[in-house]
Amino acid sequence: MSPTRRIVYAAVATALAGGAFFACRTAPATTLVGNDAAIKVYVPPGSYDEFYSFMSGGFSGQVSVYGLPSGRLLKVIPVFSQNPENGYGYSEETKAMLQTTFGPVPWDDSHHPEMSMTDGVPDGRWLFINANNTPRVARIDLTRFETDEILQIPNAAGGHASPFTTPDSKYIVSATRFSVPIPNRDVPIDSYKQNFRGTLSFITADQPGKMDIAFQILMPGYNYDLGHAGKGPSDGWFFFTSYNSEEANTKLEENASKNDKDYVAAVNYRKAEECVAAGKAKTFPSEYDHNYVDPSSGIAKVETMHSVKLLNPMDCDGVVYYLPTPKSPHGVDIDPTGEYIVAGGKLATVIPVHSFTKLKKAIADKAFEKVVDGIPVLKYEAVIAGEVQKPGLGPLHTEFDGKGYAYTSMFISSEVVKWKLGTWEVVDRIPTYYSIGHLMIPGGDSKKPWGKYLVAMNKITKDRYLPTGPEMFQSAQLIDISGDKMKLLLDFPTIGEPHYAQAIPASLIRDKQLKFRNLAQNGNPDVTRSESDGGITRKGKRVDVRMIAIRSHFAPDNIEGVQLGDTVYFHVTNIEQDWDILHGFAILGANTSELILQPGETRTLQWIPTRVGIYPFYCTDFCSALHQEMQGYLRVSPAGSTVALTANVSKKAQQQLSEPAKAR
Amino acid sequence: MSRASRVLLLLASALLALMLAAPLWRIQLIAPQYPEGLGMKISANTVRGQREHDLDNINELNHYIGMKRIEPESIPELHIIPYAIAALAAAAVLVALIGRRELLSVWLGAFATVAVIGLIDFWHWEYDYGHHLDLEHAIIKVPGMSYQPPLIGSKQLLNFTAVSVPDVGGVLAGVAFLLGVAALVLAYRSEPRPVADWSEPQ
Repeated sequence: MSPTRRIVYAAVATALAGGAFFACRTAPATTLVGNDAAIKVYVPPGSYDEFYSFMSGGFSGQVSVYGLPSGRLLKVIPVFSQNPENGYGYSEETKAMLQTTFGPVPWDDSHHPEMSMTDGVPDGRWLFINANNTPRVARIDLTRFETDEILQIPNAAGGHASPFTTPDSKYIVSATRFSVPIPNRDVPIDSYKQNFRGTLSFITADQPGKMDIAFQILMPGYNYDLGHAGKGPSDGWFFFTSYNSEEANTKLEENASKNDKDYVAAVNYRKAEECVAAGKAKTFPSEYDHNYVDPSSGIAKVETMHSVKLLNPMDCDGVVYYLPTPKSPHGVDIDPTGEYIVAGGKLATVIPVHSFTKLKKAIADKAFEKVVDGIPVLKYEAVIAGEVQKPGLGPLHTEFDGKGYAYTSMFISSEVVKWKLGTWEVVDRIPTYYSIGHLMIPGGDSKKPWGKYLVAMNKITKDRYLPTGPEMFQSAQLIDISGDKMKLLLDFPTIGEPHYAQAIPASLIRDKQLKFRNLAQNGNPDVTRSESDGGITRKGKRVDVRMIAIRSHFAPDNIEGVQLGDTVYFHVTNIEQDWDILHGFAILGANTSELILQPGETRTLQWIPTRVGIYPFYCTDFCSALHQEMQGYLRVSPAGSTVALTANVSKKAQQQLSEPAKAR
Repeated sequence: MSRASRVLLLLASALLALMLAAPLWRIQLIAPQYPEGLGMKISANTVRGQREHDLDNINELNHYIGMKRIEPESIPELHIIPYAIAALAAAAVLVALIGRRELLSVWLGAFATVAVIGLIDFWHWEYDYGHHLDLEHAIIKVPGMSYQPPLIGSKQLLNFTAVSVPDVGGVLAGVAFLLGVAALVLAYRSEPRPVADWSEPQ
């Protein structure tokens, strides 16, 4: 080959090499799924999951229940949002659950499920969850997976730091994410520093149907973000994070990120109890609703309360201390021993861990940096136990495995970081997909974690599942934490936007499940106990239809004499007494939802006909071979029509119609 | 100058012309929550996102650390670079037509100078964006941290791995330069003595 040619070839080869350069791409992230992942998450047909996991439904306002380790969705429990799927919040029996002093609020943003506890260990009696938008807390009964009680929180906006539970479930709490004027009134927004305050509410929770606000503590106008109760040595204390110690009222993104440290509020709630008992709290006029299901009738009732006990820390020495904590702390989590208080500073470059022993000593030594509105600020150096160095970016929440390790979610660097309590060294890290918010270990915030699995609840889904348009389910990952190294086991989509979650061994809940309601104990005043008991009555413009549902018919099923201008109430009782035989009820043109009727249960649908004609109704829950035959007709006549009020089938109905004086 | 030299030079000129249409450099930002990728491409006359809204999204992210917005209109060099490249391409054609190897040397020297100045200027802008942060308004402030992406190679900037590499245009420039060097080598090999006329021995 001539030298000329050689050089020309070399030049061409260079050009080709340049092209090849572009073929190089970033190598895909190595897969972290172990070979045995499939076996570890496989629950054979007919077998059960090891754990129930309760995840907040986020902006769905509900609670979702997943089995672990399979990641199977078992149920969505309606809580703060109307649920047309079963009529919750639509039926006459459940409407009151969503009542507030603002009127009916049919939606909310549910954030943090918390299990009831006995001696600091989840006991599977109840699940509590908060509503963030219109501050409320709810109790869910775990023998029925139903919401039984909702309490509104007055003098509050943004019930975010809620409903964390004391080790004995005596109290759950709710602290204000948004400070507001207390009492709320018409003031200029830029009078924030002067007029806006936060509150920490302690709610008695250990008596079903009797949740109430024991007392509220009036706090400086910061944003109270999350909380956790102390336990063991720190039992009797509650810890809340706060940010916006700058007290900014605009552009918080920037203006509330200026201070190097904000605060964890350490609240001695036993001290607060003493002060309240000693009459140091003001009786403060405050309207709020307490909604609960009356256990005998099954009907939700609203009770409006008129005042709370409001305690100012100035009037109760030693009730609250502030622990300086770096950079807008989010989560505050107490380790199983109750000694360490871990805070996740959203913008911090370390994870600070405070010591309860040092906290007590700092209080005794009066190691105060300053006093804010009667609240002593302890010196950082006097309370800090250690800092986890270089943990990652954006620490948010920490859970514990009960074996001496802590696991912190890192939003910005999208990972879970495992570190050792006491030495504060990072021992392992695993990526999450993508941008993890909360994380959960069964019992991971209690005295006795079941440290086998960790669930990462992520804020961003992107490419994890088959795409479903711009809106997708959220993404969760199940991680095996039984060994030294964390191992990714499973990816599963979750509804709404799960914030926190709780999980406990299935055995603590499974065997207590109600299979159907006892018809004999149905105390609904409009119950129909047998086929012959159904009926129809008129009182002015109100028509009440009482009917039964049983495979495969309604009785009565032909109804006449309803007139335009009437309001009709269908009181439907499912008189089945068999496991999982549910019926539904829906009628043409109804402006509400259907009803779903559990065996032995009565539910009422309000219906206002808008035009004359014939209206079919039918069973919506496939109940039997002749489910399609389970239907009926209602005739609507013009106002003033002479069509007689009749409901066939029922002898009692005929009897009632012949004795109009006895009609309701 | 041999015909081979002239052809290589014309080829180099063509590549330089193509450079105007192709991005010169790209900076990719790799982070777990961007599985689809995020990056920007720097062309002779503008800066664009790797995909349609990437530049806006990068600017959005940068506001957390107080970096000023990357706005192509505010970078005056982007008005000059296209002319510099066009001039080099035109000069290459002229040198090929004239066929004097001294001119070829001068052209190569000019090319190298433009390239070096360009790279220094690029580095300078990266330094400026990465260091001159608005700490008054920055939300994430990591003591001692600056956010200058590398000129070439990769660097961890908080949760992003920033990878900076020549793009098509940059590689075309490199190849054009090498073609120029090859043309020069050939010119000196095939013609030990300079010739005054245009005729060439067969």
